[in-house]
Amino acid sequence: MPEMDDPRQSEGAQRKVTRRQFILGVIAGGAVVSAASYRLLAPGHGRLSSANWSERLISINVNGKARRVEAMKQETLAWTLRYKLGLTGTKLGCDRAECGACTVLLDDVPHYSCSVLTHTVRNKKVTTIEGLAAADGKLHPVQQAVVDQQGFQCAFCMSGFIMATVGYLKQNPNPTRAELAHGISGNLCRCQDYSKILDSMMRGAEYTRNGFPAERRA
Amino acid sequence: MAVIRDVMPAFELLQPGSAADAQRLLEQNGEAAWVMAGGMDSFDWLKDRIKKPRVLVDLSGVDELRGVRVTSDGVEIGAMTTLTEIANHAEIKKNYGVLAEAVSLVASPQIRNQGTLGGNVSQDVRCWYYRGGWPCYRAGGNICYADTPVGRNREHAIFGGDRCIAVHPSDSVPALIALDAKFVVQSAKGERVIDAEDFYIGPQDDITHINILKPGDLLTAIRIPATFAGARFYFEKVRDRNVWDFPLMNVASAMKLSGNNIDQIRIAVNAVSPRPMRLKNVEDAVRGKPATPETGEMAGKLAIEGAKPLQFNAYKIPLMRNLVKRSITGVREATWTS
Ligand SMILES: Cc1cc2nc3c(=O)[nH]c(=O)nc-3n(C[C@H](O)[C@H](O)[C@H](O)COP(=O)(O)OP(=O)(O)OC[C@H]3O[C@@H](n4cnc5c(N)ncnc54)[C@H](O)[C@@H]3O)c2cc1C
Ligand code: SF4
Ligand code: FES
Ligand code: FES
Repeated sequence: MPEMDDPRQSEGAQRKVTRRQFILGVIAGGAVVSAASYRLLAPGHGRLSSANWSERLISINVNGKARRVEAMKQETLAWTLRYKLGLTGTKLGCDRAECGACTVLLDDVPHYSCSVLTHTVRNKKVTTIEGLAAADGKLHPVQQAVVDQQGFQCAFCMSGFIMATVGYLKQNPNPTRAELAHGISGNLCRCQDYSKILDSMMRGAEYTRNGFPAERRA
Repeated sequence: MAVIRDVMPAFELLQPGSAADAQRLLEQNGEAAWVMAGGMDSFDWLKDRIKKPRVLVDLSGVDELRGVRVTSDGVEIGAMTTLTEIANHAEIKKNYGVLAEAVSLVASPQIRNQGTLGGNVSQDVRCWYYRGGWPCYRAGGNICYADTPVGRNREHAIFGGDRCIAVHPSDSVPALIALDAKFVVQSAKGERVIDAEDFYIGPQDDITHINILKPGDLLTAIRIPATFAGARFYFEKVRDRNVWDFPLMNVASAMKLSGNNIDQIRIAVNAVSPRPMRLKNVEDAVRGKPATPETGEMAGKLAIEGAKPLQFNAYKIPLMRNLVKRSITGVREATWTS
């Protein structure tokens, strides 16, 4: 049986370390990121048969790279991205498909990563906020527009909004403000900064179509 | 209930590649198995530790259940087709627009990108007592927490309650009933084809089940006959917020006219009763009559006969009267003269 069968035990054990230590520990884990911290923290749950191990060690395509990661069957993509792969740009707000903070692209289509099982995306291309900028560090047009327009307040919702916008613009590159508002209506902003967010996203749409303004390219 | 943010409890995840394999796995695992399509209704149950299936049968790899096929008599929609795909499908928009409209009003863009039609029609009720894990009638207990003097029942039923007064929450189902859709269910015994309205169960018949699906059953497709292709349609959804919210009520109608006279009509209303409601008596009363505001008013009044309000949902009665009127005359003519 998988070692995570009894959630009460692992939850209890997990309380012994702080959340931050736990996250840092996992991020420091390296190339093949594993659920080792769980096993260390849950005595008596450490005996993995090799069959189970191979089943759970999967490869997913994140931001153009094949990432090998050990994911539990019940693990959500948001969890894997944040706590196994260290891609903490994807935020978890509600964990219930009700806020949009966790939005990522699966094959270019926006999805709530809190509501996707990691094991179901093995044949898909996952794009997170970390994957938008070019290899040389040049920001994605929608990101650049946020910088130029100063679109957000606390920006907790920002990566979700940007991913939703990038996904929507692939369907409709030249939206009206109302169309874009509808297209990214699956994202909430706790700071209620919608008007400025839409300003930024409309500018992002324009940059995506026409490139950045000349002075920024220099 | 407090939101639990930890990983869900463990389950076995089975990922079949064909409908036949999926059905076999469901058969083998019986009561222990849970079908997962898009998971948008499933995850809350699992995350809140209220339903604890041992096995999840994930249909996301079953490509044959995806997509819309135009057939000799209408269209067939695979159970795994996403709501976004349906909302954007040219043939559905052209000839079965009431369904395209209904699914485009579900939840949010991301949920429509992932939620499937099979999952939307098979989803469970939203009553928060039940969803919160309270041991009510529907959960197999012997009390209804919503139907007490202090119960929160603004969203609950005005028709068809029997101990349980939760409403059916789907937006797609009334459109499917109006189109006379058929649901195709695969089990070990073979294939069954069921009229959309007969797929649902009221509490008087089985209080713990919302539809006829049994362990081992797989919904494979929804067929829409060409009967109402290109007919005059009406769909309206009333909700608190324009995104995410379930319907406080919705109405769908499909109508064929000769001149201005109603030849054929089907009307369905949801979120008013535990079963999606087809308004057969209204259909019978308006058939042969002109599609005028007078006929609409008559229909609206007839529709609410026998409605029983609860403490907090009396608003649903005039709302239903108005929506049914509009479903016959359209919005513009729907102001009341009497
Ligand atoms: C925040 C939020 C808002 C929502 N708002 C709305 C709304 O406004 N209107 C609305 O109609 N719905 C709404 N929904 C409900 C619903 O989740 C979605 O509409 C979606 O379509 C469900 O489809 P799914 O494929 O994700 O379902 P799943 O969760 O995968 O499945 C739902 C149920 O159907 C069963 N099932 C699914 N497919 C099959 C099959 N092929 N054979 C047998 N059984 C099957 C599953 O076992 C499960 O019990 C909302 C959900 C959320 C989380
Ligand atoms: S309305 Fe139905 S689901 Fe809600 S508490 Fe009553 S019995 Fe349970
Ligand atoms: S964290 Fe996924 S939608 Fe809120
Ligand atoms: S800027 Fe704070 S949540 Fe959106």
